[in-house]
Amino acid sequence: MTSTAPSTAPPPTAPPRKARTVTRPGDRIFAGMSTGSGVLLLVVMAAIAVFLTVRAVHAIAKDHGNFLTTFEWNAALTPPKFGVAVLAYGTAVSSIIAMVIAVPIAVGIALFITHYAPRKVGGAIAFVVDLLAAVPSIIYGLWGALFLVPHLSGLNLWLDKYFGWTVIFDKSDPNSSPRSLFTVGILLAIMILPIITNVSREVIRQVPRMHQEAALALGATRWEVIRMSVLPFARSGIISASMLGLGRALGETMAVATVLSANSELSAHLLDIGGGTFSQNIVAKFGEATDFGRDALIASGLVLFVITLVVNGAARVIIARRKEYSGANA
Amino acid sequence: MTDTVMDATSSAVPAPSSLLASRRLPRWTPLAVAVIAIGVAVGIGAGAGLSSHIQWGLIALALFVLGNYAVTARVEGRRQAKDKVATSLVWSAFILAVLPLYSLIETTIKKGAGVVNGTFLTHSMNNVLTIEPGGGVYHAIIGTLEQVGIAGAIATPIGIFTAIYLVEYGKGRLATVVTFFVDVMTGIPSIVSGLFILSLWFVLLGHAPHSGFPGSLALAILMTPIVVRSTEEMLKLVPNELREASLALGVPKWRTITKVVVPTAIGGITTGVMLALARIAGESAPIALLVFGSNVINTNPFSGPQSSLPYYIYEQYVSGSTASYSRAWGAALVLIAFVMILNLLARAIAWWKAPKHSGR
Amino acid sequence: MAKRIDVSGLSAFYGNHKAIDDISMTVEPGSVTAFIGPSGCGKSTFLRTLNRMHEVTPGGRVEGKVLLDDENLYAANVDPVTVRRTVGMVFQRPNPFPTMSIYDNVAAGLRLNGIRKKGELDSIVEKSLKGANLWNEVKDRLNKPGSGLSGGQQQRLCIARATAVEPEVLLMDEPCSALDPISTLAIEDLIGELKSRFTIVIVTHNMQQAARVSDRTAFFNLAAVGQPGKLIEIDDTERIFSNPSVQATEDYISGRFG
Repeated sequence: MTSTAPSTAPPPTAPPRKARTVTRPGDRIFAGMSTGSGVLLLVVMAAIAVFLTVRAVHAIAKDHGNFLTTFEWNAALTPPKFGVAVLAYGTAVSSIIAMVIAVPIAVGIALFITHYAPRKVGGAIAFVVDLLAAVPSIIYGLWGALFLVPHLSGLNLWLDKYFGWTVIFDKSDPNSSPRSLFTVGILLAIMILPIITNVSREVIRQVPRMHQEAALALGATRWEVIRMSVLPFARSGIISASMLGLGRALGETMAVATVLSANSELSAHLLDIGGGTFSQNIVAKFGEATDFGRDALIASGLVLFVITLVVNGAARVIIARRKEYSGANA
Repeated sequence: MTDTVMDATSSAVPAPSSLLASRRLPRWTPLAVAVIAIGVAVGIGAGAGLSSHIQWGLIALALFVLGNYAVTARVEGRRQAKDKVATSLVWSAFILAVLPLYSLIETTIKKGAGVVNGTFLTHSMNNVLTIEPGGGVYHAIIGTLEQVGIAGAIATPIGIFTAIYLVEYGKGRLATVVTFFVDVMTGIPSIVSGLFILSLWFVLLGHAPHSGFPGSLALAILMTPIVVRSTEEMLKLVPNELREASLALGVPKWRTITKVVVPTAIGGITTGVMLALARIAGESAPIALLVFGSNVINTNPFSGPQSSLPYYIYEQYVSGSTASYSRAWGAALVLIAFVMILNLLARAIAWWKAPKHSGR
Repeated sequence: MAKRIDVSGLSAFYGNHKAIDDISMTVEPGSVTAFIGPSGCGKSTFLRTLNRMHEVTPGGRVEGKVLLDDENLYAANVDPVTVRRTVGMVFQRPNPFPTMSIYDNVAAGLRLNGIRKKGELDSIVEKSLKGANLWNEVKDRLNKPGSGLSGGQQQRLCIARATAVEPEVLLMDEPCSALDPISTLAIEDLIGELKSRFTIVIVTHNMQQAARVSDRTAFFNLAAVGQPGKLIEIDDTERIFSNPSVQATEDYISGRFG
């Protein structure tokens, strides 16, 4: 897709910005600025990793607990004792709940838009979902805390009553407010629904008509067409859409901070209040943290950074693989 | 898909008289099933005294799906029944998702509309106790506009130039690496970009930042990859023939890019930048770490703490009084309106500037 | 096996645009009928009304009757899914399922219809691939993806897939237009063999091809661009190409327009 014109090797230095003539110097400066911007982004990425690591190492060196397995977060203590075990658990659990709820529903809506709804209705819904993806997370947080939380009490009690035997749905104190990891998971699901829907919809729309007609002409029902030709073709795209959503859920800060009633307990009872996530903990503890406390929070941010890097990188690799694969069939 | 399990129909036994005709349900069946399902669910919900309407809804959905399966399986056969189940599940997914998203918008508008007025928009929180009504978002609007504006001023040129590099110059390993890291950067949580600027301030200046500018830097980190992605897509849409025509006239490459390629794609690029601005305008996590929030009007983003709309909402929520909750909803409505207007404008530009093809 | 098709008063629409107008014709069982005519005359649209594929296109709508041995495809109690199982179709561009192996492609329709026993599937897949003159080329790589085959092989794979479910009628929409001459010849030979088992209707742009493979030929035309396509005449292929009864047909065939 790149231009076919030959280009001189762009020097990564930025010469003074004065283009008197319209020949070589102009080209050089322009190419230099373009390349420079690209390189700058790499430098920023590297700087993020380096600076976070520098501060994190500083903090972890003085940590008297094991940074990975300690439950509590007491950076102000002398000696300080803090660890990410509860945060990692809470982040993972709330994200998993979000994914379990959001992915099937998002794929359902994507199919609804592309294959079930009348064309104009589908287009309108797609537009609205696009807009919803732009709603700021703090507003989801506000709505989650003031509207969703009170409305989930009933569901919580019901789950506790009939599914309490599964342990995870056992609510220790039925009267406590549902400011739990479970509620956070539901809220995150609602938040990442639009983005997963959008990307999945694009992928599903790209499934060639002729493959679907092939299935139809064999006498397949609409669902069989989707099973035979749409989902297999779109599968890797849906997976990477889900990973993008997962990345959002893992890093979400404000919506978790407003809803979760956090503590440093690691509990298998998802309906109980308590637990925490990386970003929620950072925002919650930042205000009264000392300089050292902030370094400790930076250390936990570094862990989150690495996790999201891995998730996003994996999503990209899947997308790249799909490109090769669909190219072979073009 | 090799082991796709499909159901047996009567195909093994050819129908003696009619090949094509089969028993079919009337078209209104799903609607009837839906009505019955809702009715029964309300009955169960009220009878069993389930307090949460969410449960009523879930029971109705489950009944709807099962009812459709049962009726169709009985009349049309199992294959059709599976198809109906898929259809009802897809519809259920749609309804299940619409309700909370609708409620989100409805609640914000309903609770915010009563708060937003001239005073609210033109006053700060200076000398207003959080438990008392009154005060406004003026200082937060100023903060948001300045922080987002500076972030945009930084991220837009870098983003566009990077996209130009990737599309017009990029070859070989460096381009691959840049592409990969732009993608990865898109996924950086906002809190991490805030922490990065924080540690940068610590290491370089030795103290913690407390002004709008570092917040802008963090927002710029979030915005740049979005601008790169959208600009790149737009530049790729410019046909190569245009570039070649210009180069063949002896126009230098950089003039070709600035006079032919970028102007052709400018509509799409503008849309991308505006969508990115809308996206970062709603970010509150970096602001919480770097700008710190303030109750008074501070028009200087380079000195002293500022507020911002999303952070203001968080502050008011945390204050926890009835008065502060309503201010939070008011600010939420202002923020949603701001973001939506940016989005709609962006889409209008895209639609207006789009090369007019034959049909759509 | 093969069945007769009786079309009467059939019109097809895209939204408000009428694509074909008031077509009536009879397609004899066990014969090959070719549809020819200039681009846009609605011959492909008409073909797609014969297995209710037209209504899949957004805005697609059909009026009139299509009788398959006295049963109307468009009757209220007829499920289009059953129609498509009974009237098979082969498309312009070969479209094997890209994520399935050669074997699974042929077996796809059978599995839809509930045949799942390995032995039964094996024998039908082999029979269909042999029937499509493809067995010898692919028997050692049945588990490889169908997309790895050449264009001509892919099209024969699609024919095998369509014939595996033993339809009554086989519709072919310009099946050779994306293929090279040698592959085209292979498909044309195959059509000659298949007509003993199926009623075949083929749309083609290539008049030599129509003359070579078909028993009867229908000529479609449109008055002007934007006007609906009409059936001008249908007759024995030999007659259409030697002594057509309508002047427009002769003009088209002798290359004076279109």
